[in-house]
Amino acid sequence: MNVDVNGPKIMFRIPVAGGIPVTETIVNMWAIMVVIVALCIWLSRGLKMRPTSKKQIVAEKLVTMLYDLVENTMGKRNLHFAPYIGTLFTISIFGSLSSLVGLRPYTADLSVTLAWALVTFMMIQTLTIKNRGVGGWLRGFVEPVPFLLPLNIVSEVASPISMSFRHFGNIAAGMVITSLLYGALAGLSSVVLGLISHTIASIPIFQLGVPAVLSVYFDLFTSFLQAYIISMLTMVYVAGATE
Amino acid sequence: MLERAIILAASAVGAGLAMMAGIGPGIGQGYAAGKAAEAVGRQPEAKGEITSTMLFGCAVAESTGIYGLVVALILLFANPLVNLL
Repeated sequence: MNVDVNGPKIMFRIPVAGGIPVTETIVNMWAIMVVIVALCIWLSRGLKMRPTSKKQIVAEKLVTMLYDLVENTMGKRNLHFAPYIGTLFTISIFGSLSSLVGLRPYTADLSVTLAWALVTFMMIQTLTIKNRGVGGWLRGFVEPVPFLLPLNIVSEVASPISMSFRHFGNIAAGMVITSLLYGALAGLSSVVLGLISHTIASIPIFQLGVPAVLSVYFDLFTSFLQAYIISMLTMVYVAGATE
Repeated sequence: MLERAIILAASAVGAGLAMMAGIGPGIGQGYAAGKAAEAVGRQPEAKGEITSTMLFGCAVAESTGIYGLVVALILLFANPLVNLL
């Protein structure tokens, strides 16, 4: 039984400053980014005032859904955040779903989700300062009573950590459980087939089809849910900062 | 060698114990799902809104369990304690 659970492999090194490692995560992410950009260019080409092609109807539906969601969650005055939320959702869902085509999902790397959460964190702090001024921002830490200052700081710092760990943990757990299952199925099929003949014992026949059932939950459902959650949390936090 | 074995065994036990953090989110999410089922029974026309609110709440309630999972994953796959020897 051979279970292979590792961090992202280092694909190559950029020969600058002692070799900067470029991991599987970065390579996969650039590949997915190319796919997303190509998809966006294809969807937005040849748009007409009255949609005649199915392509344009789908694109309009997606954009309308995004703007409706942002308007319902953040209010009309924050509608200009919709492109950022849409980008976050798209890159997250494509990344998590890339495990379906055999790539290592880059959302199973903490650096990716932590980067997204830090962008949101900086956005929240900047918007709070912009809206309430530096004094108002600092006063927010000693409300309702100055005694709560350490707790307020901890809760402020904890939000990007919990956001990134949640996304990373869900996808990474799915990856670990899937690889454990593949190992277990290989072991099971070698035991069962070993009873029949030793020559066919190494064929992992039970790996066929069985993991697909779990994949519906761990790949499809979790990917959609986590992309929804991270964009929803971003919307809620940012809307709170602009009040 | 023995010290290493002790550390590895204790890490495995620790990873198992860390996953006890899954109890809390399990109870919490079950409670949330039950309440959502009640709400849908009372107001079937608001099913979409209730479902998305429930999923959102469940995912937030899950974070403590995820912290436990991250600790367990670190202990199993990136054990920092072995290097301390």
